[in-house]
Amino acid sequence: MEEKELQEKALEVRKNIIKMIYEAKSGHPGGSLSMVEILIALYFSKMNIDTNNKGWENRDRLVLSKGHGAPALYAVLAERGYFDKEELISLRKIGSRLQGHPDLHKLPGVDASTGSLGQGISIAVGMALGAKLKKAGYNIYCIIGDGEAQEGQVWEACMSAAHYNLDNFTLILDYNKLQIDGTNNEVMSLGDVYKKFESFGFEVLNINGNEFEDIFKALDSKVNNKPKCIIAETVKGKGVSFMENCVGWHGKAPNNEEMQLALEELGRS
Amino acid sequence: MLKLEAQRTAYGETLVELGNEIDNLVVMDADLAHATQTFKFAEKYKERFFNMGIAEQNMIGVASGLALSGYIPFVSTFALFGAGRAYEQIRNSVCYPRSNVKVAVTHGGISVGEDGGSHQSIEDIALMRVLPNMTVIVPCDAVETKKAVKAAAIFEGPVYIRIARSPSAVLTDENHEFKIGKGYKLREGEDISIFATGIMTAEAVLAAQKLAEDGISASVVNIHTIKPLDNELILAEAKKTGAVVTVEEHSIIGGLGGAISELLIGNGAIKMKRIGVEDRFGQSGDPESLLKEYDLTSDNIVSQCKKLLHK
Repeated sequence: MEEKELQEKALEVRKNIIKMIYEAKSGHPGGSLSMVEILIALYFSKMNIDTNNKGWENRDRLVLSKGHGAPALYAVLAERGYFDKEELISLRKIGSRLQGHPDLHKLPGVDASTGSLGQGISIAVGMALGAKLKKAGYNIYCIIGDGEAQEGQVWEACMSAAHYNLDNFTLILDYNKLQIDGTNNEVMSLGDVYKKFESFGFEVLNINGNEFEDIFKALDSKVNNKPKCIIAETVKGKGVSFMENCVGWHGKAPNNEEMQLALEELGRS
Repeated sequence: MLKLEAQRTAYGETLVELGNEIDNLVVMDADLAHATQTFKFAEKYKERFFNMGIAEQNMIGVASGLALSGYIPFVSTFALFGAGRAYEQIRNSVCYPRSNVKVAVTHGGISVGEDGGSHQSIEDIALMRVLPNMTVIVPCDAVETKKAVKAAAIFEGPVYIRIARSPSAVLTDENHEFKIGKGYKLREGEDISIFATGIMTAEAVLAAQKLAEDGISASVVNIHTIKPLDNELILAEAKKTGAVVTVEEHSIIGGLGGAISELLIGNGAIKMKRIGVEDRFGQSGDPESLLKEYDLTSDNIVSQCKKLLHK
């Protein structure tokens, strides 16, 4: 797929994220908007999947460890044809398959139930280990948030991914540098994340996580015998000027006026 | 005198047997493979054993990922570090998505012994029982441990198995049928019903024998599955005698006694006494001295039964 097409998809997904969260009257726009390009690159190009055979055993898998970014995942899955886009506005409503955080038994395309931070990455490591054990060639991708990297379990999981030489495992850090209570540095400094992941045994790449070219280059780079970590520097709230780099939009729904304004902006670009 | 055997030894041996029968069975441990006896499996099936290091939270999540990939993981550590340390991982990464993970933990209860209170889990049954989708099994002896582990391996869904560390009396044999969720009577009685679980079941049988000498007819029911509880059997038995005593090597809060209390509420007037650890932590000591110190003995069961019957 051409980059122009991917850009269009990204725009469409961003609009849907805004609409969904507006309709739900709650949700996490900031961290959903920051990783749109990453999810599109994965689901529209990189990942080996079959929407006609969603549970295909040898498919690549994505674990959204930062499960609060569910609106972005749902919007991308719908865009990719996993389910009807009309269903998107049922997000967070009673009886909906689109739970506040992803539930693999409810929605096709969701590879793991996540949301409690730090846990998805371990599940993803287990899947990568399982693929190795089966001698299957599929890959496991996992997206964590930067605030999430404060969870000790993230580092336990990293240790085990390196210990078992999981070169079929790609960890992507959505590094937008903001979390609910403030910047990472205000809340709990992460230090040099590049060196941290490197010393935990990962091949580390630092990229602009909102640029397709960067994302593909990083996803395509070969690693041998060790897991890969992509530090994707992103902009929280990307695409909506008043949400960009604004802590307040971590977990807040836009009101009607804000939604219209956001959609206008996205429509213009 | 009954033969003594450690449940954990039986656990380790059963895993080796299952390794041969079930190709997709994998075993994980958190640097306690000798204590939990999973090293036996590790020796035989190296490629299907994963030592996850002293990182229980990650171990549970990785197990869930393996289960989602079609494997049947048996995850072992001490009861406290499984049910306790990794509680929320068991909740959100195993029970919530109904992952086919078997949390088979050893060193349950105070009979752990010398390691002391920091390592003796007295609350794990309560913690695990409250989780939707979880099945909770507490075998009464080494023979039943084997059956429980085998049953869990072919059961679809999360299972918690609490295994004791120290050698304890072997009460059952191959003739006792083990079915998840189905308790069974080890002794018939008319005056009082003793429901027991884990290694305390042997003490309950001993107590019933002593009670018989004093003219009290006590039934003993082995409740190896705390969840789902065998409601039918328990209600029938409780209604028959009208007097119920529960016995467990666990806090009197939230375990077998808690579960049966919840069941009996609203089912008529039934006298009841829960015997267990009386809301306090364990401590160091040899298992036998500890069980005495915490009143987990056949003598205490006898006196509590008599008290309940005003005899």
